Amino acid sequence: MDATTPTIQIKGLRDSLLVTLGGQAWDENQSALLTQIDGRASFFQGARLVLDVGTQALGVDEMVRLRDVLSERGISLWAVLSESPKTEKTAQLLGLATRLSNKPRVEERREPAEPVSQETALFLSKTLRSGTRIEYPGNVVIFGDVNPGAEVVAEGNVIVWGRVRGVIHAGAKGNRQAVICALDLSATQLRIADEISALLKPQKNPRPEIASINKEGRLHAELWQAG
Amino acid sequence: MTAKVVTITSGKGGVGKTTAVANLAVALAADGKKVVCIDGDIGLRNLDIVLGLENRIVYDVVDVIEGRCRLRQAMIRDKHFQDLFLIPAAQTRDKNAVSPSDMVRVCDELRPDHDFILIDSPAGIERGFRNSIAAADKVLVVTNPEVSAVRDADRVVGILEAEEKYSPALVLNRLNPAMVKSHDMLSAADVLDLLAIQLIGIVPEDEGVIVGSNRGTPVALDGKSRAGQAFRNISKRLQGQEVPFLDLDKQEGLWGRIQRLAGGRK
Repeated sequence: MDATTPTIQIKGLRDSLLVTLGGQAWDENQSALLTQIDGRASFFQGARLVLDVGTQALGVDEMVRLRDVLSERGISLWAVLSESPKTEKTAQLLGLATRLSNKPRVEERREPAEPVSQETALFLSKTLRSGTRIEYPGNVVIFGDVNPGAEVVAEGNVIVWGRVRGVIHAGAKGNRQAVICALDLSATQLRIADEISALLKPQKNPRPEIASINKEGRLHAELWQAG
Repeated sequence: MTAKVVTITSGKGGVGKTTAVANLAVALAADGKKVVCIDGDIGLRNLDIVLGLENRIVYDVVDVIEGRCRLRQAMIRDKHFQDLFLIPAAQTRDKNAVSPSDMVRVCDELRPDHDFILIDSPAGIERGFRNSIAAADKVLVVTNPEVSAVRDADRVVGILEAEEKYSPALVLNRLNPAMVKSHDMLSAADVLDLLAIQLIGIVPEDEGVIVGSNRGTPVALDGKSRAGQAFRNISKRLQGQEVPFLDLDKQEGLWGRIQRLAGGRK
């Protein structure tokens, strides 16, 4: 059985199975994986699957289809690891983890395929709804709202052309120069580096604001002044 | 004839999904449509009670899926309408007895002979929810004007949007115009502001809804009920008709007017 699908590796982790797919086309990969699973149904039954898809760029349709066929076999797709930004974004939108718990095993944390420079940003043209978590090792620009229950964690700055009512963490790796700006900053909680501010009050007539760490070392927000 | 599959879901429990399914079903049937309701809440069934059909259940949807009966045998005909049927959920099984592709198969078998298939989704975003939306052409998200219900609705809308297959529409249930006026309740505008999806109906708070559910006679059958009118309007909108939204402020009636006069004298 294994001879037919040499390009798929399955490895047991502490609480899940890590499946690493080879470089061939997605359809082949998927059917190879399903052959493996159907051949050893009882082994896979009830498993939590972490899928490493390498550089494959997967859209929502493909990932949803895979998740559904897996769930019909009693397997829950828990995380998708990838070097492709498109795949990572898809997985995040579907509420799947995109990296393994990064506390004890730093070596498994993946860096993006290309290093992220100060000038690059992840641009999202949509409203982030409750339950969405966006993590990015650079700047993040959101053209839409950040609703309550959504989280944005960026190592750089976060700019929101819309309302912020969820949680935003800028400078997540300790950059105290990072800023958060939005058209309406009535966030439930803002964080820059390790400073937290939960004292923001919703305004009746929202104006654009910038939050940063001031000279006293505290996180504060001020109205944005043109020019 | 190809039926439209409409799934009613919410995220949070207790916001009125089952009531909405029952009322929309009778309203559509009253317009002469051929309707089947499927209770997707395997293990916690109650759509049969709200429709007043619980003592007629012999087979359920799991029996159909597992081949113990034909689809036709599990379809229970409504008391009031010839062309309204219920496929009940199994009470003694759990959600894992059904898979998304099972639901698609059942709906595909029903599609040629009906106009609407309404699926009552369980609360939550797990297996039962996945099963219920698998076959949907249209998803209605029911919420109440409460912060917790709206947050869960937002999550559900996010999941539906991420899958790019569904365009969810909002049913705002149990709105109390007097409480909105006194700023004790979120208004329809507040809820829409956050969720930013199409609004398909606002149902006012109405004691008659509970009475109807207990009696197994959905309030949409009551020509005088405001909530019933709201459900009938949603059913028209599902059929593609343009119906203006109810003016909820106008419905205060005699008692409201007396209260207002009494208040005005202070």
